[in-house]
This record gives sequence, structure tokens and C-alpha cells, in this order.
Amino acid sequence: MPSIFELRDISYDYDGVPALRELSLDLARGERVALVGANGSGKSTLLRMLDALCFPARGTLSFDAQLISAARLQDDAVALAFRRRVGLVFQNPDVQLFNPTVFDEVAFAPLQLGWPKQKLMAKIEETLQLMGIAHLRERPPYRLSGGEKKRVALASVIVLDPEVLLLDEPTATLDPRSQSQIIDLIQGWKGSSKTVITATHQLEILEDIADRVVVLEEGRVSATGTPAEIMTNRELLLRANLVHAHRHTHGSVTHSHPHMHSHSEHEH
Amino acid sequence: MSRNLLQSTMIGFGRRLTRTMLSEKIAREHGLLQSLDPRVRVVGLLALVLAVTLSRKISVVAALLAIAIVLALSSKVSPVTLAKRVWLIALGFTGVIALPALFVTPGRAIASLGSLSITEQGLRTATLLVLRVETAVTLTTLLMLCTPWAQVLKALRVLHLPKEAVTMLAMSYRYIFLLVETAGQMFESRISRTVGGLPRAEQRRMTTRTAGVLLSKSVALGNDVYLAMESRGFRGDIQVLSDFRMRSLDYVVLLLFLVAAAAAVWMGR
Repeated sequence: MPSIFELRDISYDYDGVPALRELSLDLARGERVALVGANGSGKSTLLRMLDALCFPARGTLSFDAQLISAARLQDDAVALAFRRRVGLVFQNPDVQLFNPTVFDEVAFAPLQLGWPKQKLMAKIEETLQLMGIAHLRERPPYRLSGGEKKRVALASVIVLDPEVLLLDEPTATLDPRSQSQIIDLIQGWKGSSKTVITATHQLEILEDIADRVVVLEEGRVSATGTPAEIMTNRELLLRANLVHAHRHTHGSVTHSHPHMHSHSEHEH
Repeated sequence: MSRNLLQSTMIGFGRRLTRTMLSEKIAREHGLLQSLDPRVRVVGLLALVLAVTLSRKISVVAALLAIAIVLALSSKVSPVTLAKRVWLIALGFTGVIALPALFVTPGRAIASLGSLSITEQGLRTATLLVLRVETAVTLTTLLMLCTPWAQVLKALRVLHLPKEAVTMLAMSYRYIFLLVETAGQMFESRISRTVGGLPRAEQRRMTTRTAGVLLSKSVALGNDVYLAMESRGFRGDIQVLSDFRMRSLDYVVLLLFLVAAAAAVWMGR
């Protein structure tokens, strides 16, 4: 399958603190990829770079065989064409929800891209229905629950029907029902032409949301594989801080073994 | 100053602000103002506010206050609500400014308090000042109580106010809750980790540090919000959608508002 993103030897730092180090990665068109890694491993920075919100200090980033750089994105036509095709859902929905009402929030991106009113209204309505938030349309986003905010944030991006969806921790801090709704949505894109890149450290949802998993450690790709391959590599998971040795007691016997957390269950 | 007065004030202010500004109960009532197009409400009530500030006669400003009260009653805003939210507070603030005018304005003395004389002109000036403030604040409060903030912003945009100004207003309103909430949580977190009293100098230092952290957080939030806007196609010029529709009643009421404002300016000159 042809690559939609090609990253070659990319480095990026925040005021001297490295976030990505000589990272190389190909992302195929239509692929569902999960980026996993501990906090600070570079997942969010990588997603922002894929959305052209920051640019490599060293190395090259290409989208659909075209080089992406700050200079190229200065061109309005190039920038709007890119924004039309790639959408990012931020980890913190409060960052993303800056409009007075849910309706305005969903309408924001199509309006900036100059969609005709009729098409815009129809698409907003369809998206509100799809995300189950039609009843919230006149509500201000700051009065919504965490799960509702996430759904509105997602709606505000998928209203454009972008070819590439970048999701930063889409299920983090959500209750099990809200998590399940988001996972169902990502599962629904399986087999479609949509490329879905999801950053997460919730290993228990990998099988559902990804065909391929990329493990990040200290800003580098340390492994790639299918969810099953990654999940069975305990040494890798321990090294990448995705699981930890957990000591606990069964009656009078105390023992320890690798352990992972989820919001909905507690599994060994 | 009590030990945690500043913290309590900050937390209380945040909660009160959120409760007051988020309360849209009155805006959902079926009253006169609520039934009008938001643009009519914004233009009409602001025209009356302008007339209040331009009128120099007490009788004219009093008539405008009477109009404001009639509008309030027909929009299901009780005088008790207005008295608590507007009149007493405005009287307190304006009274401090108006009081000296009673004595220092030159003119015919009509009463005396010891060596101080209240002049007729002073009384008139103080009354006009208080009435003007009470009326203007009543009218703007009616606008805010009867119109959800989102509609006020949309009306301002549709009325061709600079988009940048309206966007800044919208974002300030949107994020002030988040920052006030964060400030409240920071104070509460500190209270939960503080045993016994702290010297006042230390309290001041901690408060300054908290303000600094809050500023850093607001700068980071501002940067992230800009990136989120850019990610969704923002190129420096916000596009907006207008879905307001004017009916016959809206045109009639708008005309009445403008005629009343123009008449008040002419009669009060």
C-alpha cells in the first residue's frame, strides 16, 4: 500500500529538551496505526507534526509525496488543502472547544474552508446525528461532561471527512460507555480508505483500534508490529514502561508479575 | 485580614462568576425580549444605553429607567432580581462617586450638614449620575439576562463588529471559566496541604507564585488553542455563519427602540 506519510530521520526538541530523535516511519494510506508509549515518549509531538502544527528541526516529513515544511504551509492554498485532508483531535478537549455553542464548534472548520452554506448545514446535521450530540447543539461546550466534550471534539474534526484522522488519547479519562462509543467509531473505519493514527497508552484497546502498532521510546520508534505481536512481547512492554511489575497478595501468598491498567477492567 | 481571606475570595468569586454567567434560566423564558431577534435586542438596548449617556435631564433618564422596568416585567425579569443584581450594587459604587458632588458643586444651598452645604445643583448632578448608571446597567443587564451569550456574540458578528474583537471577547468568556476553575483548584490544593497559619509575607509570596503559574498556564493554553484553530483551517480571518431571521414584530420593535432613543436624546439635550 502506498505511504501517505513518510518521515525520515526526524528530530524535534522543546527548548533543548528532545521530543523526537532521528525518527523514521512510513504510514500507509488506509492504515489504522496505534502509537503507544509512556508519557513523554513523543506521541503527542509526533501527532502535531503529522498535522503540520510543528515542523522537524532535522529530517524530512512528506505527505502524499509532497514535502511538508513551514514555508510551504505559508501558502493559503496549500495549507487549506492539507487541513481539508488531515484532522487532529487534541488530547484535551478544552483546548479544542473554543466556540460559544456545540453547533458553532462543528461548523468552525467547514466555515474556515469556505464550504457553501447548503453543503455545510447538511454535513453539520449529519455529523451531529452520527456522534449522537444533536440534542447538545445549542449548549456551550464548557457545560458538557468529559465524554460529551470528547464526542464534540471528534465531531468538529470528522465533519470534514478527512482522509487522515489523528487522535490523541481519544479514550483517556472517559467512562467505559464513552470509551466504547469512541472505539466503535474507530472500528467502523476499518477497511475504509481513511487513515487513522491513534496515540494511546491503553494497551487493552489496541486490537480494536489498530492494524499496526508503533512503540515509541524516548522519541524513537523502538518496535512495530501487529497488536498481537506487541502485546505478547512482555520484555518490550516492560522496557517501554507500558506495563509494570505488580506485587500483590492472594491469601497468604505474595507474588509479582507484569501488569496493565484500564479504566474498565483490571487484568493480569 | 483573615488567614485565608484571599483564597476564600478567589474560590468564592470563581463559583459565583460561573453560576451567574452560566445561568440562562431567564433567557429560556417566553418574554418580550426573549421573543425578539437577538440583533434587535443588541441594537435596541444599546441604542437606549447611548440615549441614557447623552441625556442631560433627570426626567428623560427617569423615563428611560421606567421603559427598562417595563421591558424587564414583560420579559419575566423580576424587580427583585434587578434590585439584587443591579440596583443595590450600582448604587453602592456610584454613590461613592456621587456623594461629594452634593457638597462640592457650586450653587444654591438647600440644606446643611454642620459646616457642609448641600446645593441644589449638587443634588441634581448626583441624582443624574446615579440615575444614568442605574438605567444603563439595568438595560445591559436585561440584554445579558434575556439573551444567551452565544447569541449576543453572534449578533455582534452579524452587525459587522470587527471579527477579531468579537473572537477575542468570545474566547475570553470561554476560557475565563477554565482559568478561574484552575485558580480555585490551585488554592484548594494549597489549603489541603497547609497545616496551621502562614505569616502574611509568606502568604503574599505564595499568592504571587500562584499568579505566575496561572499566567504560564494561560499562555500555554492560549498557544494550544491557536494550534487547534490552525488545525481546523483558521488562517487569521474567522468566517462566521448567520442564521438569524427578522420577522415583522422584530422590525416594529426595532423601530420603537430607535424612536425612543432618538426622542430621549432630543428631549434630554
